[in-house]
Amino acid sequence: MANTAHKQPNYIGVFWWLLALTIAEVGVIFMPMARVLIAILLVGMALTKASLVAMYFMHLKFERTTLGLIAVTPLLLCVLLVFALLPDHSATPHQTGAAPAPTAPPPSR
Amino acid sequence: MSQVAALHADVLEPAESPLTPESWGKLGMWIFLAADAMSFGALLAGYGALRYGSADWPIPSHVLGIGLTAFMTFLLICSSVTMVLALASIQREDMAGVRKFLALTILGGLMFLGMQAYEWSHLIHEGLGLTGNPWGASLFGTTFFIITGFHGAHVTGGVIYLSCYLIRSLLGRLQPRHVNQIEIVALYWHFVDLVWILVFTFVYLL
Repeated sequence: MANTAHKQPNYIGVFWWLLALTIAEVGVIFMPMARVLIAILLVGMALTKASLVAMYFMHLKFERTTLGLIAVTPLLLCVLLVFALLPDHSATPHQTGAAPAPTAPPPSR
Repeated sequence: MSQVAALHADVLEPAESPLTPESWGKLGMWIFLAADAMSFGALLAGYGALRYGSADWPIPSHVLGIGLTAFMTFLLICSSVTMVLALASIQREDMAGVRKFLALTILGGLMFLGMQAYEWSHLIHEGLGLTGNPWGASLFGTTFFIITGFHGAHVTGGVIYLSCYLIRSLLGRLQPRHVNQIEIVALYWHFVDLVWILVFTFVYLL
């Protein structure tokens, strides 16, 4: 069997990035900004941190592309699941704040 | 060896894994992690659907201790660094370094679990339960305990998995030729860290 033979990334550099992003995440929730903007920033930073761990600590950057596809598949399925659940979310009356639509009278014959 | 036996030996020789030439075990771990990621993904997607469908979901940062969990995140990131340093040590055939960094990684995992136990007991004492809480939607507690508990179980499994290798190393049964096995346990540990990064954001910060 072959041995692991790829170049070693700068692990300490990655650590500092992860630490900086964690501090930024905690800081962002106390910023006087719109809730949607805070959510976008938090999700963006979390995905960046997760990518740094996968690419450098798990060495995905140095692996074959097909292995990367195996690793990314759960994320794609999860996004699909979120979209599949969206109709339930938008159908919740108290969340949309909209009054129930009046039902049309049956057509007279 | 007879010609027939030699032919059989060639046939029985396992083929090299096409995606991970280092070992089949590494490919097996990646497939396991992909399946496990789907479990976490389903839990987080379900959490999102329940939360945004609820009118009285508490704001997590007002209820949960962000300072403590930010430190727990820092601990897991540090333990990921010590894990890659353990791998780098075995690649350099520095077995003393492997023992040191494996022990530090286990210590990081144990400290994380201790802090999670403290956090849980504190929140339970304040009234957070599986079926209700003083702040709003009852499912807040249910989802919180299921997601963080599922992750905590993974950390516990990781600590046991790493401890097996530390014990092997202390007994002199871990050699530089076992580098692939350390790479595989490292993959598992980094995955636990990666998932916590997402749990921290979605369950605590958002």
